[in-house]
Amino acid sequence: MDIIELKKIAKRIRLSTMQMLEKAGTGHPGGALSMVEILVTLYFEKMNIKPHEPNWKYRDRLILSKGHGNPSYYAVLSEKGYFAKEKLSTLRQYGSILQGHPDMNTTPGVDMSTGSLGQGLSIGCGMAIAAHMQHEKFRVYVIVGDGELDEGQNWEALMSAVKYKLDNLTLIVDYNKLQINGSNEDVMGIAPLDKKFAAFNWNVIRINGHDFRDIRNALEMACSTSGRPTVIIADTIKGKGISFMENNPIWHGKIPDRVQFEKIFRELEGDI
Amino acid sequence: MTAAKIATRESYGNALVELYKKHNNIIVLDADLAAATKTGIFKKAVPDRHYDCGIAEANMMGIAAGISTTGLVPFVSTFAMFAAGRAFEQVRNSIGYPHLNVKIGATHAGISVGEDGATHQCNEDIALMRTIPGMVVINPSDDIEARAAVEAAYNYDGPVYMRFGRLAIPIINDKPSYKFEIGKGVVMRAGKDATIIATGLCVGASIEAAEKMAQKGLDVGVINIHTIKPIDKELVIEAAQKTGKIITVEEHSIIGGLGSAVCEVLSENCPTPVLRIGVNDCFGHSGPAVGLLHEFGLDAEGIDKKVSEYLK
Ligand SMILES: Cc1ncc(C[n+]2csc(CCOP(=O)(O)OP(=O)(O)O)c2C)c(N)n1
Ligand SMILES: [Mg+2]
Repeated sequence: MDIIELKKIAKRIRLSTMQMLEKAGTGHPGGALSMVEILVTLYFEKMNIKPHEPNWKYRDRLILSKGHGNPSYYAVLSEKGYFAKEKLSTLRQYGSILQGHPDMNTTPGVDMSTGSLGQGLSIGCGMAIAAHMQHEKFRVYVIVGDGELDEGQNWEALMSAVKYKLDNLTLIVDYNKLQINGSNEDVMGIAPLDKKFAAFNWNVIRINGHDFRDIRNALEMACSTSGRPTVIIADTIKGKGISFMENNPIWHGKIPDRVQFEKIFRELEGDI
Repeated sequence: MTAAKIATRESYGNALVELYKKHNNIIVLDADLAAATKTGIFKKAVPDRHYDCGIAEANMMGIAAGISTTGLVPFVSTFAMFAAGRAFEQVRNSIGYPHLNVKIGATHAGISVGEDGATHQCNEDIALMRTIPGMVVINPSDDIEARAAVEAAYNYDGPVYMRFGRLAIPIINDKPSYKFEIGKGVVMRAGKDATIIATGLCVGASIEAAEKMAQKGLDVGVINIHTIKPIDKELVIEAAQKTGKIITVEEHSIIGGLGSAVCEVLSENCPTPVLRIGVNDCFGHSGPAVGLLHEFGLDAEGIDKKVSEYLK
């Protein structure tokens, strides 16, 4: 797809994300905004999927392990046609198909229920092992937060993926440098990430997570790497696209007030 | 009941600050949730005694266990889901089995977590924690009781699990006679026709429900069981003997929590019909906390309805 087109889609996704959060009144803007380009590239360019047949057996899978970031994920799924756009305004509300954290049983297109951090990569390993065992070609993508990497289970999964030579598994780290209590390095140092993953024998690629060409190339390299899994460390900006939210940890799980929303919509709509 | 409402997680944060003034051997651990668990209040007051362990709850439990072996008293804090759920085995084997002096402050328990939905609504923690030998399990019903529980937990030698909520709830224990004792239930209201045994935020709702029922001529008593383990057996048996009918109410699964604990006591000592009101073996979902409590029949209206029907 044309980069200009991808950029346009990303802008729409950011706008939808903030509209959803305004309506919901609760939720997590920062981490939803930092992974927009990643999601858009995956769903609009890379992944082999059939939105009209969400449970198609041979589809590529995506596990949003950092489940709290789901507004932009839902916006992408609806933009792809998994469900009607009107549903977006029901996010987190009573009886909604769009739960506060991804629920594979209520939302078409969601491949795995998540929300408790640190579990997605293990599940991704399971899916990838099953694909290998059954000689199926589908690929598995897992998106984790950088703070989420504090969880030890990730590091257990990293070893499993290498042991089972899961070259059909791609891990993407939304490396926005922030979690809830502050910066990663203040809360629990995770650097140097690339060296850590390399020491675990993963194929490591580091990119600008807002650059479509970078994301595209990295996903391509992951596909053409055989015998071991690939991790894409995507340098991103938490709150990306909204000037006063960028790189500010307070916007992890905070909803702007009315005046701030006006500013947000001016910024985002001006873009479109 | 005063009009002021406060969430027990907030009481927890405030109580830690007060506790430190008296006992400077406490240390507070948190897992990247300081603002939500309210340990941020303590962090602000005593920054060098607040340890952020990152999003690594199992590791945090181990760190707490180690700290406690030296005589310091760790208060470990995260959401109930991750304290009792994620780190269950660490709590069981590294804290419970050696009977270490670790205090677990678990916030965001039950469905009143609200919009975050099922993955964060822990309706199983009382059940899990209650099965660990030697673990004290406390589920306070308001601000006053929550703060008293923190103090009592400190004074108790051994592991304690304290369950706190996200939702602001009314203060119901603002009486000069109020006294908190681990393992002692509190009669909130006497009644002849039946006794509601409730815990946590359901105590206030049950009192309100009993008042509604009184207007209809039903005389229902209410007991507050803030300590689910060890449970106040004498009080439970006495209530069963006096009123012949027991109803338990909790913001927790009807499997393994207060309802089960009460049934265990009664079936062995004084077989009595028990109606368990709680989360009926299902997961929660997203929605406003108050709406969810209503849906699950855990507000005064729901309790009144179920109990009135039961007593027909
Ligand atoms: C096991 C677990 N512990 C704690 C939480 C609460 N929590 C939700 S988001 C979050 C911070 C996540 O930070 P990061 O992974 O960096 O996400 P991002 O910056 O992309 O939003 C925490 C601690 C959780 N959902 N699961
Ligand atoms: Mg982050």
